[in-house]
Amino acid sequence: MYAASDLRKGLKIQIDNEPYVIIDFQFSKPGKGQSLYRCKLKNMITGAIINPTYRSGDTFEQADLEERKMQYLYGQEGEFCFMDVENYEQTFLSTDQVGEAKNFLTDNLEANILFFGEKAIGITLPNFVDLTVTKADPWAKGDSVTGDTKPVTMETSYVLRVPPFVEENTKITIDTRTGEYVTRVKE
Amino acid sequence: MSPGSKNEFLNERQRLACRRHYLWLRAKTIQSIRRFFIKHDYLEVETPQLIPAPPPEPHIDAIPSGALYLHTSPELYMKRMLSAGYPKIFQIGKCFRQGERGALHLPEFTLLEWYKVGIDYIALMEECEELILSVCRDLGMGQKIESQEKIIDLKRPWERISVSEAFNRYTHLTPDKALEQGVFDEVMVTEIEPCLDMTTPVFLYDYPAPLAALARLKKGNPKLAERFEIYIAGLELANGFSELVDAKEQRLRFEEHRKQRSNLRKQAYPMPERFLESLEHMPEAAGIALGVDRLVMILAGKSKIDDVVSFTPEEL
Repeated sequence: MYAASDLRKGLKIQIDNEPYVIIDFQFSKPGKGQSLYRCKLKNMITGAIINPTYRSGDTFEQADLEERKMQYLYGQEGEFCFMDVENYEQTFLSTDQVGEAKNFLTDNLEANILFFGEKAIGITLPNFVDLTVTKADPWAKGDSVTGDTKPVTMETSYVLRVPPFVEENTKITIDTRTGEYVTRVKE
Repeated sequence: MSPGSKNEFLNERQRLACRRHYLWLRAKTIQSIRRFFIKHDYLEVETPQLIPAPPPEPHIDAIPSGALYLHTSPELYMKRMLSAGYPKIFQIGKCFRQGERGALHLPEFTLLEWYKVGIDYIALMEECEELILSVCRDLGMGQKIESQEKIIDLKRPWERISVSEAFNRYTHLTPDKALEQGVFDEVMVTEIEPCLDMTTPVFLYDYPAPLAALARLKKGNPKLAERFEIYIAGLELANGFSELVDAKEQRLRFEEHRKQRSNLRKQAYPMPERFLESLEHMPEAAGIALGVDRLVMILAGKSKIDDVVSFTPEEL
């Protein structure tokens, strides 16, 4: 149970049986009046935003959230299948729930799947993943300048900019938080 | 090299370097306030910060310290001095309030309080105008100050608008209706404060009687209290009033507020008996508390209180 004074950015609470994350938070207290906690909350399932105002004395349930380590198996028709590495149970996420993470999902990748109760609602990838370049224009020597980049396509169809020396079939490390190139993987 | 340690050191250096200008402004502001009151024959006083019985206000919570409390304001002790024959006193010091932290709040903050015998809240408003103008003059700022891309004209007289007029102008409620529905504070913060004139300081005055713990009721209209708040650039800066000098009435209000605290399941404070005794001898007076950190924010054009203090609670 949280008190209103525990509210802060990033805290996850449960309202009407749905999990919300506090994305903005403002404390105000007019004159000799009561403390007001003006919040911007994002529904962690639907993405809907609400702007409630709470007062001291209000209490909040902690959102019943749990992360489980799962392996990516396959994706088809807008569904992404993951398997619990401990008990082999399978679960599905929708394209919306996977979001940008789909750019970095390769078979057998281990990621943290976020559960609200028994329901999978989101995914957190490892910070760095290694992917193979499937399409890259050759490095045209002569017209390159240090600091230049060129676009390449990854095995997941993700397109990003990399240094010109990266060639097809090279494995590179990508930061999943920014989607940017980090380094070439030394085999 | 241990990761982080050097960075943390640099961060603190950089952070304090960024605040250097505002901390200078802060020091100059406090020096200027002192100069103003000394010039006007006020006595600077220091009352204890550790006290046995904070005023039992429903929404102001004291931080316990052993068997005592850190004071939430020096009000009760400064008034005891008024009752004992000190007619003009001021104090600049730290006050402490439990659970108050936000862009405009610190649990430990600097308050200026001053009291003058023989005046009421109307005369006090004029003294507020003089003080702020005097500080701005000392800081070389003149009559127009720029704060967060707004030009604020400090030319006297500042705008004065009663609470009931503000409700009438900016909301669909009356103050009484708002109180009845328990939304007075919310309406004040979300509907009225954002609409107040930002180009001039504003006195919001004549608050509903239930919202004044220690203020005198208005002569001729006991449903209102002779209390005002100053807003500059939309920021609530100070709360002043004609003092209640009726010990019996004050005891009734304290009892009512103790009941409210108990309904809110808040800590019960002992009744400030010696303050109530002293009220028997208290002359007519007016007094005010002004947030020094907020004044510096306004003068510095900052929107967060963090920028005008050396350390926030998170940086300790």
